[in-house]
Amino acid sequence: MIYLRTASLTAALLIPLLAGCSHLGVSPWERDLLAKSEMNLDAEGVDLTLDDHVYFSKEGTSGGRAFAGGGCGCN
Amino acid sequence: MQLGKHKKISHLLSAAACTLVGGGVQAEEMLKDWDIDTAVLIYNETDRVSAMEGVVQATKDFGEGHIFSGKLVVDSLSGASANGALPQPEAQTMSRPSGKGQFETAAAETPLDDTFKDTRVQINGQWTQPLMTDLRASGGLHLSKEFDYQSIAINGSLAKDFNRKNTTLSVGFSQAFDQISPHGGRPVALSDMVIDSGQFATDQDYWDAFDATRQTAGEDTKNTTDLVLGLTQIINRRWITQFNVGISDVSGYMTDPFKVVTQVDDQGNAVAQTYENRPDSRSKAFFFAQSKVHLDKNILDLSYRYSQDDWGIDSHTLELRDRFSLGGKSYLQPHLRYYQQTAADFYQRYQLSSTALPDYMSADYRIGEMSAYTMGLKYGRELENGHEFSLRFEYYQQSSSGPSSDLPALNGLELYPEVKAAFLQLGYSF
Repeated sequence: MIYLRTASLTAALLIPLLAGCSHLGVSPWERDLLAKSEMNLDAEGVDLTLDDHVYFSKEGTSGGRAFAGGGCGCN
Repeated sequence: MQLGKHKKISHLLSAAACTLVGGGVQAEEMLKDWDIDTAVLIYNETDRVSAMEGVVQATKDFGEGHIFSGKLVVDSLSGASANGALPQPEAQTMSRPSGKGQFETAAAETPLDDTFKDTRVQINGQWTQPLMTDLRASGGLHLSKEFDYQSIAINGSLAKDFNRKNTTLSVGFSQAFDQISPHGGRPVALSDMVIDSGQFATDQDYWDAFDATRQTAGEDTKNTTDLVLGLTQIINRRWITQFNVGISDVSGYMTDPFKVVTQVDDQGNAVAQTYENRPDSRSKAFFFAQSKVHLDKNILDLSYRYSQDDWGIDSHTLELRDRFSLGGKSYLQPHLRYYQQTAADFYQRYQLSSTALPDYMSADYRIGEMSAYTMGLKYGRELENGHEFSLRFEYYQQSSSGPSSDLPALNGLELYPEVKAAFLQLGYSF
């Protein structure tokens, strides 16, 4: 049931997004700001690793940015 | 013989010294092409757990999109953890999870098992390379080991660029195999904690009773399968965005072997501490969206995650980072995070002893209804040698909630205490 809802949500979001995507974007010479390391989506990699560990051990849900990976027995 | 041994040791010492002296130069040469990020985190909860965690992440670009990334995480934690039991108007005594010894809880206080102590080592390796034009593959391995828990995970993903590399679609898969071997063994689900109050004639009688609450067979592993679909889109020169949807299927032992649910009589007085039991399967799904926008003097990073599972836990997470350039090569970055979740269907703060036990129950506040916020500030500065130094402080506060109780003995007691934590992180990248 959860998977079915996820699939419907994905389709509902992705189809219009993909259709619209071809009109979006920049030319190679317009990537000056996006090329900065701080504009990487995971620029705070180490911070996110540490935060994820804290929240994983304190809250009932985790992940989202990437794979949750293996677990830990954190209490 | 003795002389020979000394000679060998002196050779070894000389070799080690040479390695240290010469190795410094060699190491510097070797690390020249690597990006290294290091950090140390000091974490402290009010009256509960304190932890220290170190991370070293190393990335090397071998050219033409062939990238290796490795990560080593070591953490050590100790302190007290709520075991799920109710506070009571009188002081309480409970057995430690190992069965060896007891701990006392003062009247009206939340029972905290103060023997919590563990050290964990985690290693990750990830290799990424192009397969053909605009198509990349990545594969990785994750190993994590602590005293009573170990985890091995593999992952693989494919990413395809479209639209002059402005759009990237990705699909990823991960499989994790965890093994749980808790100190003191896994309790028999829904059995009552054995507490020595002088009722046992001999030590052996106590241990026989304790052992009867331990599982000798049954599931002690947990397998997790994750599937994630991602879309990254450059909107314009200043704006990049990402959407992920994922599903996760977990099967195996997910009960927390250290947690109990208090059984109370119709006045609210504790009559037993009963080990919790959780289902052995869990299906989760999530949606995650992130946008990063480069404004004139700051970079906004906004993300949202919605997650739901068949245990009944729905959660929303909203997170904001705003990186302000301070001119020159330093920046200040405030951070805000808000989280809320609904309770698992089988979460209950306590159990009435007059009613039959359900198949599954847990009083673990982490799967109860809660909201939490984090406020933080990071300062970073690029040094003259090109290295970067950063300092980050975060404050986290978690507020649990649930139905109140009209049982007389619980009147005025804190059933859903807050958890407050502060953490400080020092980072250095070169």
